[in-house]
Amino acid sequence: MLDSKIPSGSLEQKWAEYKGHAKLVNPANKRKLEVIVVGTGLAGASAAASLGELGYQVKAYCFQDSPRRAHSIAAQGGINAAKNYQNDGDSVFRLFYDTVKGGDYRARESNVHRLAEVSVNIIDQCVAQGVPFARDYGGMLNNRSFGGTQVKRTFYAAGQTGQQLLIGAYQALERQVALGNVKMYTRHEMLELVIVDGKARGIICRNLVSGELEKHFGHAVLLCTGGYGNVFYLSTNAMGSNATAAWKAHKKGAFFGNPCFTQIHPTCIPVSGDHQSKLTLMSESLRNDGRIWVPKQKGDKRKANDIPEEERDYYLERRYPAFGNLVPRDVASRAAKERCDAGYGVGTTGQAVYLDFKYNLINKYGRAEANKHGIENPDTETLIRLGKEVVKEEYGNLFDMYEKITGENPYEVPMRIYPAVHYTMGGLWVDYELMTNVKGLYCLGEANFSDHGANRLGASALMQGLADGYFVIPYTIGNYLADDIATKPIPADHPAFVEAENAVAGRISTLMNIKGTQTVESFHKRLGKIMWEKCGMARNEQGLKEAITEIQQLKKEFWSDLKIPGAINEMNPELDKAGRVADFFELGELMCRDALNRKESCGGHFREESQTEEGEAKRDDANFSYVAAWEFKGESNWELHKEELIFEVAKPTQRSYK
Amino acid sequence: MEQYTMNLTLKVWRQKNGNEPGRFDTYPVKNISSEMSFLEMIDVLNEEIIREGKDPIAFDHDCREGICGMCSMYIDGRPHGPWEKNTVCQLHMRAYKDGDTIVIEPWRANAFPVIKDLMVDRSSFDRIIQAGGYISVNTGSPVDANAIPVQKDMADAAFAAAACIGCGACVAACKNSSAMLFLSAKVTHLGLLPQGHPERRSRALNMVAQMDKEGFGACTNTGACEAVCPKGISIENIARLNREYIMAGLVTE
Ligand SMILES: Cc1cc2nc3c(=O)[nH]c(=O)nc-3n(C[C@H](O)[C@H](O)[C@H](O)COP(=O)(O)OP(=O)(O)OC[C@H]3O[C@@H](n4cnc5c(N)ncnc54)[C@H](O)[C@@H]3O)c2cc1C
Ligand code: SF4
Ligand code: FES
Repeated sequence: MLDSKIPSGSLEQKWAEYKGHAKLVNPANKRKLEVIVVGTGLAGASAAASLGELGYQVKAYCFQDSPRRAHSIAAQGGINAAKNYQNDGDSVFRLFYDTVKGGDYRARESNVHRLAEVSVNIIDQCVAQGVPFARDYGGMLNNRSFGGTQVKRTFYAAGQTGQQLLIGAYQALERQVALGNVKMYTRHEMLELVIVDGKARGIICRNLVSGELEKHFGHAVLLCTGGYGNVFYLSTNAMGSNATAAWKAHKKGAFFGNPCFTQIHPTCIPVSGDHQSKLTLMSESLRNDGRIWVPKQKGDKRKANDIPEEERDYYLERRYPAFGNLVPRDVASRAAKERCDAGYGVGTTGQAVYLDFKYNLINKYGRAEANKHGIENPDTETLIRLGKEVVKEEYGNLFDMYEKITGENPYEVPMRIYPAVHYTMGGLWVDYELMTNVKGLYCLGEANFSDHGANRLGASALMQGLADGYFVIPYTIGNYLADDIATKPIPADHPAFVEAENAVAGRISTLMNIKGTQTVESFHKRLGKIMWEKCGMARNEQGLKEAITEIQQLKKEFWSDLKIPGAINEMNPELDKAGRVADFFELGELMCRDALNRKESCGGHFREESQTEEGEAKRDDANFSYVAAWEFKGESNWELHKEELIFEVAKPTQRSYK
Repeated sequence: MEQYTMNLTLKVWRQKNGNEPGRFDTYPVKNISSEMSFLEMIDVLNEEIIREGKDPIAFDHDCREGICGMCSMYIDGRPHGPWEKNTVCQLHMRAYKDGDTIVIEPWRANAFPVIKDLMVDRSSFDRIIQAGGYISVNTGSPVDANAIPVQKDMADAAFAAAACIGCGACVAACKNSSAMLFLSAKVTHLGLLPQGHPERRSRALNMVAQMDKEGFGACTNTGACEAVCPKGISIENIARLNREYIMAGLVTE
């Protein structure tokens, strides 16, 4: 039943073969075809711009006031590509292999290989658009390294890579808006998918300024709506990031793939109190130059700088000598939790570890600069001063951000960090063409489940979003629309549209009419707490079962005691939030069910029952080498479909970063 | 950093929508921790307002990391509040002390009409970009990324200009409501890169024409924009834009 449509042929030939045989739509016919793109982050903006350039009539939607504000803007560290500009042994194959291994062998080989192939085109495209990546003195592009790899393949723009890439895609998009090929709907939120004769044909959305519902037709619908980390309430995602578009599609038949695969990022600023509304990431790129440690002595209350070198436990370097501070995120996060749980954590709460830059500031950057300036036998102070300048150029914005939030200067004292929810590998199930199991409904970027398996490597989400939008969908959508050129636009009074709009209106008025006593925010916080404690960094059978019951109870309370102020036909941010949280309840339950079903540990999914003697995640390939694709069957009721994963090239082994 | 709590008085601009007049309402807020962000303090107030069955204060925000450009509050006469090179979402309450009164307004400019309370419509910025704030290159056509070396100092300067988050604080701070800092940042970003050269003249002319059309005022070099810009965009960009603009005018005539 689940056909992933992987092309035949050898792994290296599949994409070329596919492109050579995919059906095409001629330019005159493209003009007659309308494509809906929901979401204009990296995936959506790049898709909308590219499809507009090809001549399709594109309608694009975002809930912010401009496409330039999508959550992608916040990405910090960088974007991977197999350019091998450093001559350090990188290749398409190595990027492919690192990604499959990093994902703990739970991703589809063919998709990942294609991703590695097109990665090189992305960098070319972005540079041509004017993305100001970091360069060296010869004018060539610079690279840094990220976790889970031993080469330098990450392109970056200080700690603002996502911003620069999104601005590039945004400008390409606005150019198409100016040319009349794309119509942009900002402050619009998709609230329902419209299906006609088994094919996705449009959406219902709410104009967030006027509160009105609108019906929009498209020959195909692309969901590029980002991840669902905000199920946990506290995450590094933007406040508005949500699962609603994907969830509505799921309830209309699209399968949800691997919902429990969540990435907990090891280096975030720790929670400071109950008022906390979100968490802030400190980019993984900092692990290039920062060393992570805790005191060797339990409950050591001395200030970080007062703890001498020999009394520090650089636990990642100790446990994983080959990769050291650059182990993948899931491994680094669990190692931090292990130390804190064992009583070695630092800071007022004991829920933090140190990320310390002093060593590299002096020994790496300071010395290099001193050499460059011909300073012989520099003293430590000089080295620190020189090193600081380089670190400032590389990470200045991150250091500033840390200081604004904590009031501490990370050039002087080590950062305190702790793991936080960051990214969701799960998402709508898609085939090789990025189409869901609903015909004509595509899903791109973080919203789909496709390329990262059970753990995403750093700097690979930006790569995937742009690969999907610039270089995959422009080919695969033609293969579908070529058979649709005779289809006339479906008018808004078609029963399917009317029914969908009525359903949305009904749901909104139900929410508004609860007229209870508790705020959306308070429910969201409670849901987040359940998810973090029972479906977070470590999971077990009993906890997951409890979580499911607790979520169901809380959901009941939500639907009977929620309080939303204001009215329907006006701007009403509380109502917007309520709709999103309502969907988080259902998705949260499915995440727990998926986690319960997957009795193995793999990547970011750590089942306490399944670990090696050293406490590492232990996969069970014999029983779980599949994608769990869940079909919605009614309230709290799902059916599991399995897509078997076949590894022809990257043979699964126990991941080792020692 | 020592944590402390404070009680404050907020005077907040309330306006139901663009058609109705607005007014200041006064709210006492209690037990605010110095570790909270400014927006978290507003969250706390809003929760109280909702529990009282009233309409919470509407404001734009999303990333809360100083990068999306969505947050926009005019605090005690200064866009984004008292801290230098900062957005309001990154402003933290240790900037205040017990007993302070804080006045909060939306951005005020003809080209940024109020939508509700502290939220304004900045789509005029998108239209300025549509007028030429891009490099005309289609997906799939470029040469290898390292085929054209870019001098490091040029690349760095382009990046510094490209750091603009499109928040509009520069407009809000300017007595003429000019968008020149925003516009010049884009013209500089693209104009300094070899990839952006071919279109530099038309870009400057078209973007400025659109800015005028949107109802932004003229620049009289007061420097108020640079002083409040959260990303440290330099006013030198405006001088560069003026040069490009004059050159472009000479060439087209
Ligand atoms: C702090 C941070 C740092 C990161 N750093 C890196 C990094 O260095 N490298 C890396 O590779 N990855 C990084 N990531 C991950 C990466 O940024 C994201 O995975 C990626 O940008 C997601 O892009 P997207 O286009 O899929 O979705 P998004 O950028 O989240 O865009 C979603 C879009 O959908 C719209 N939308 C959502 N729901 C609706 C709806 N119902 N109706 C209408 N519109 C809707 C939104 O308005 C938005 O336009 C980082 C993530 C975070 C949180
Ligand atoms: S120039 Fe500065 S103040 Fe103006 S929009 Fe850009 S970032 Fe904001
Ligand atoms: S909320 Fe994004 S910059 Fe302030």
